[in-house]
Amino acid sequence: MKAQTEQRIAVSILFLCTFLVVVPVLVILIIISMKGVSALTVSFLFDMPQNGMTSGGIFPAILGTVYLVVGAIVFAVPLGVLSAIYLVEYAKDTPLSRLIKLAIVNLAGVPSVVYGLFGLGIFVIFFGFGASILSGSLTLGIMILPVIITASREALESVPKTFRIVSLSLGASKWQTIRHSVLPHAIPGILTGTILGLGRAAGETAPILFTVAAFYLPKLPQSVFDQTMALPYHLYVISTQVPGIPEHTRYGTALVLLLLVLLLNLGAIILRYQFRKKKKW
Amino acid sequence: MNTAWNIVRKIKEHVIEKVILFSGTTSILFVLLIFVFLLKEGLSIFWMVPLSDFLFAKNWYPISDPPQFGILPLILGSLFVTFGAAVLSVPIGIASALFIAEIAPPKLKEVMKAGIELLAAIPSVVIGFIGMMTLGPLIKDLFNLTTGLTALTGSITLAFMAMPTIVSIAEDAITAVPRSYREAAIAMGATKWQTTWRIVAYAARPGMIAAVMLGIGRVIGETMAVMMVTGNAALIPRSFLQPVRTLTATIAAEMGETVQGGEHYSALFAIGIILFIITFIINGIADLYLHRTRK
Repeated sequence: MKAQTEQRIAVSILFLCTFLVVVPVLVILIIISMKGVSALTVSFLFDMPQNGMTSGGIFPAILGTVYLVVGAIVFAVPLGVLSAIYLVEYAKDTPLSRLIKLAIVNLAGVPSVVYGLFGLGIFVIFFGFGASILSGSLTLGIMILPVIITASREALESVPKTFRIVSLSLGASKWQTIRHSVLPHAIPGILTGTILGLGRAAGETAPILFTVAAFYLPKLPQSVFDQTMALPYHLYVISTQVPGIPEHTRYGTALVLLLLVLLLNLGAIILRYQFRKKKKW
Repeated sequence: MNTAWNIVRKIKEHVIEKVILFSGTTSILFVLLIFVFLLKEGLSIFWMVPLSDFLFAKNWYPISDPPQFGILPLILGSLFVTFGAAVLSVPIGIASALFIAEIAPPKLKEVMKAGIELLAAIPSVVIGFIGMMTLGPLIKDLFNLTTGLTALTGSITLAFMAMPTIVSIAEDAITAVPRSYREAAIAMGATKWQTTWRIVAYAARPGMIAAVMLGIGRVIGETMAVMMVTGNAALIPRSFLQPVRTLTATIAAEMGETVQGGEHYSALFAIGIILFIITFIINGIADLYLHRTRK
């Protein structure tokens, strides 16, 4: 076979493969949008569920997901950013820093349902928080920690070395240098990672199964020690556990969850793009 | 005055450094805590059921009397689905990575990368939902089955979910191959395809292996989607057109009904220990290969 013919065939096959990955993504988005959009009304978003969840809205699930995500971020962002500062600014290439990096890789690879077991064992039972927003947020927080650390590390590493050298040479201490010359330039990157973490936490179901999620609650949670409904778990419940839920309600719930997660990701992408454009070094 | 202020500043600096050092090590702490708590809640099952019986006995009847805790059907369920997903996603994923990194014109490249990032962002419960509503009925009609929720449905769904991991990491590895390799090959008279396949892909092998390992790690650990599309029958699978149940789905589906501290409860934690160890090994190997690429 001639090399040119071979090339033409090979490239067509590669293109076809890429097509096979990308096109179903669009098909999924289109199906969910078309079948779910009719359910999207103000009362669907802001009402309590009624008649065994067959009618009414999904407000408690949306609110619950917001609570959980905020809780996870409050816990994971300070810890993750400080952790990244340690790795980038303080740690030398020692066995300890290599161990930390290995731990981060593994934390990122632990299956989400194992996080659920862990959260059940430590927060719900050992610390006695019960199935609560607190337990769920902490579990989600630990799960998104690798996302935050990795993004923050990249952001810190992208700040040129000269910024640090100049600051140190003017007599600033190590922490002052980090605080005033490095961190401000890394903030957009850290923010991008935070938003990606938000999106991840908002969509996960398995970690909240045994730590917080409620099948159905007649009223909204009052404190961090209450259980709550959550959007991804609600979608699971109405599509597999409860018969007789109208199809547009299921698709509507899927659409709300999808929009929430995709908007967060879109925000992160726009932010990253703006940041790269503005960067002058 | 000045010295007093200096001392305060030094103490402050010292405290901050200690806080940062502590935060730095929390990742190790969490990995250890996860393992410790899995062991704490899960090990007690092995006083009642020896490890070899737990792993290789053929029956998982956790709530019958007496209960039987053999996870072989679950292990096989996970293996079936993972194998199926790997067969589909590895060739397609590597091919896509080659296309995106080497062949696609810049505009198309951006569009396709965005599409794959989009896929990575879709929550697994949404993918499970759409798989259940569309792919399930399709497979049911195609093969004339009584149910469309089978190992095959799970494999296709999971192959799709492994794609973003495989494509993005393999693409990074391919892009990292030095430009001079390509120039040398082209200068020797190789076509674009010969260069891509025999030189670039060859040089990027360690990174591609890492990509495949991480993709498989993702598939083994995936829970919600697989629980919704595989039909959840804890039987030893004989074909891809049967319902199966994976290790992860078993934990997610049954934990809610257990008594805290009971046999069933600790058996589910023991499954968690096994999953943790499997993913730990897979990620460790992937990390080794990734470091080899960087050198």
